[in-house]
Amino acid sequence: MADAGTLTSATALEDADRRKAWGFVAPALLWTIAFFVVPFAFMGAMSLWKREGRDLVRVWNLDNYARFFSENALFQGLVNSLEITVIVTVISVLLAYPLAWIIAERVPKRLQRMALILAILPFWTSYVVRSYSWLLVLSKNGVINQLFMNVGLISEPLQLASTRTATVIGFVHFFVMLLTLTIYSNLIQLSPNYRRAAADLGANAFQTFWHVVLPLTLPGIMTGAFLTFVLCIGDYVTPQILGGNNELVLPQIIMLQLGRRADFPMAAALSIVLMLAVTVAYLACARWLKIERA
Amino acid sequence: MMQSVRDGARLRRFFSSTAAIAIAALSTVAAPAPAFAQEELNALVWCDHTDPALLEPFEKANDVKVNVKVYEGTGAGLSILDQSQPGDWDVLVIDGVDVHRAIDLDLLAEMPADALPTADIFPEVRMEANNTKDGKTYAVTEKFGYNTISYDKTKVDPKDMQDLSVIWSDKYKGRIALYDYYLPMIGLVGLGLGKKTSELTEADMPAIKEKLAAMRAVSKQVSDVVSSQTALATGEVDILVGGGEWITAVLSADKPSLDWTIPEQGAVRWAQSIGVMKDSTKQDLALKFVQYILSPEGQARLATSSCYWAMPANAKAGEHMNDQQKTALRFNEQAEYLKKTQLYPIPSAELDQQFQDAWTEMLQQ
Repeated sequence: MADAGTLTSATALEDADRRKAWGFVAPALLWTIAFFVVPFAFMGAMSLWKREGRDLVRVWNLDNYARFFSENALFQGLVNSLEITVIVTVISVLLAYPLAWIIAERVPKRLQRMALILAILPFWTSYVVRSYSWLLVLSKNGVINQLFMNVGLISEPLQLASTRTATVIGFVHFFVMLLTLTIYSNLIQLSPNYRRAAADLGANAFQTFWHVVLPLTLPGIMTGAFLTFVLCIGDYVTPQILGGNNELVLPQIIMLQLGRRADFPMAAALSIVLMLAVTVAYLACARWLKIERA
Repeated sequence: MMQSVRDGARLRRFFSSTAAIAIAALSTVAAPAPAFAQEELNALVWCDHTDPALLEPFEKANDVKVNVKVYEGTGAGLSILDQSQPGDWDVLVIDGVDVHRAIDLDLLAEMPADALPTADIFPEVRMEANNTKDGKTYAVTEKFGYNTISYDKTKVDPKDMQDLSVIWSDKYKGRIALYDYYLPMIGLVGLGLGKKTSELTEADMPAIKEKLAAMRAVSKQVSDVVSSQTALATGEVDILVGGGEWITAVLSADKPSLDWTIPEQGAVRWAQSIGVMKDSTKQDLALKFVQYILSPEGQARLATSSCYWAMPANAKAGEHMNDQQKTALRFNEQAEYLKKTQLYPIPSAELDQQFQDAWTEMLQQ
C-alpha cells in the first residue's frame, strides 16, 4: 500500500512537473506557431499557386518550382547565393579564429572587454550606411585605388566596386565580428588543464591546438558559421549595393518578383527554396550546434 | 582642402535623400499620435512627397498632419494597400502607367474634373487614357521626367550622347551604369531599334534580348537610383543609361559637369499620378491635398523636392521656380523634349512577364 501510495504521489508530481513545463514552454510555442509555423504554412501554400497575368490563380500546381529549376537565370541565383555564402563563411572563420584567439589568449584579462568592444564596433553603425561606405572605399576614386596608384602599385584603377569581391568584402567585414564573439566565448571557457595535460603527454603547441583546442572550440566555430550562413544567404542589401547587380543572388531575384508585378507565388516558391538551403546547412552543422540533449 | 569640403557636402547631399526616405518611413510607423486632436491625412507616396518643404504649407494652411509612407514599385504599393484596412489611406501617388490597375481594383475615387487644373497641365502629359475611365477622372499627372542618358560632360563627348546606339557600343565600355528598372530600359532599347514604345510586341523580344545582352557587356553596373547617382557623381561611371534630369538636376549646383540629353532617336518619358482613395473617410481633405500638389506653388515644391527633381506637370509652376531650377530641369525646352519622347511601355501582363524575364536573364549574364 505504501508503495502504491508512493507511486501515486510520484505520478502526481510528474504530472505537476509536466504541466509546469508546458506552462513555461507554451508562450514560446504559441509565439512560434503564430509567427513562424502559420506564416510558413501560408507561404508554402502560396508557392503552389500562380500568377496568371494580373490574377492570382489559387489552383495547386508546381509551376513555380518547375520554372525555378528550368530557367537558368533563376537557378543561377541559388548557385550564386551558395557560392558567395560558402566563400564568406570560410574567409570569416579563417579571420575570426586568430582574432578571437589573440583576444582570449594574448590580450590581458583587464583589456579583453575593451578589445571585444573594438572588434564589434562596426556593428554599431547602420548596415546600409556601412555598405554604401564600402562602395565609396572600393570605388574607382576610392581610398584603396587612390592609395595603390599613389604608391605606384597600379597605373589604372582596379575594378573593385560592383563585383562579387566587393560583396564578399562587405559581408566578411560584418561576419568576422559575429564569429569572433562566438569563438571567443568558446575559447575562454576552455580549461587550461586540457593544454597542460596535452603538454604532459608530450604534445607540442601545434599538436595541442590541432588535437585538443580546435576540436573543443568546434561548437563555437560551427555556431558562428551557421549564423553566418543563415544571415548571408538571406541578405539582400549587401549584394544589391556592393555587387552592382552584376550577378543576382536569390534574395534579389525574390525582390524582383515583388517590385512591380507582385508575383507573390513565385516569390514564395523561391523563399521556400532558400529555406531548404538553410535547412540543409543546419543538418550539416547540427552535430556541433548541440540542440539535442544526450 | 576646399575640394574635400565640397566633396563632403556632395556626399551629404547624396545620402540626404536616402535618409529622408528612411525618416519618413519610420515616422509613419513609430511616431506617436499627437496629444491634440489635429486632423491627419495618410498618403501612400513616392519619396519626393516626404520633403517637409512640400508638406508644411498645406499642413499649416489646413491645420492637418500629413502622414506619408513611401513605397517603390507598383507591386509593393498594391500589396501595402492589400494589407491595409479600408480607409487607412486617403491619397495615392502611383506610376502613371499603372493608374488603371488601381482603378480596376476599385481603389481610386472619382474626382470632379472641374476642381482640377487640367488645362494648365502640359497637354502631352495629361494622359487622359491613363488617368480617366469612362469619362471619369480618377487621377491626375503631377510630375514627369525622362529615362534617357545622363553623363559627365567633362569625361565623354556630348555629341556621342546624341545617338542612342552609344548605350551598346564599345566606345565607353566599362564606364556605363544601367538604371535597374526593366520597363523604361526596354523602352529605350525599343527606341534604339526604331520601335515605338507602344508598339513593342512579343515578336520584338529576340532583338530586345540581343541588345540587352550587348548593353550588359559594355556596362559596369546595373543599379538603383542612389547607387547610380553615386556612381555618376563619384566618377565610378561616366554615363548612366536610363537617367535624366531626376538624377542630375538635384546635383546641378554642386556638380555642374553632370548633364543629360535626349538623343536623336528620342527617349522614354515617365509620369507619376496622384488620386484620392475611394475608401478614404476624408475625401474633401484628400481632394484639397491633390489640389495643393497640383497648384503652381505645390508643383514647384514637388518638382524640386529633396528626394529627386523632375518636371512639374503644371506649366504654370515655372512662375514659382528660380532660374537655376528651371535651367537644371530644362523647363523652357519642354516643348521640344515632349515631342521627342514617348511614354514608357505599358505591356500586357503576359508581355510584362517576358520583359521581366528578359531583364532578369540580362542581369544574370
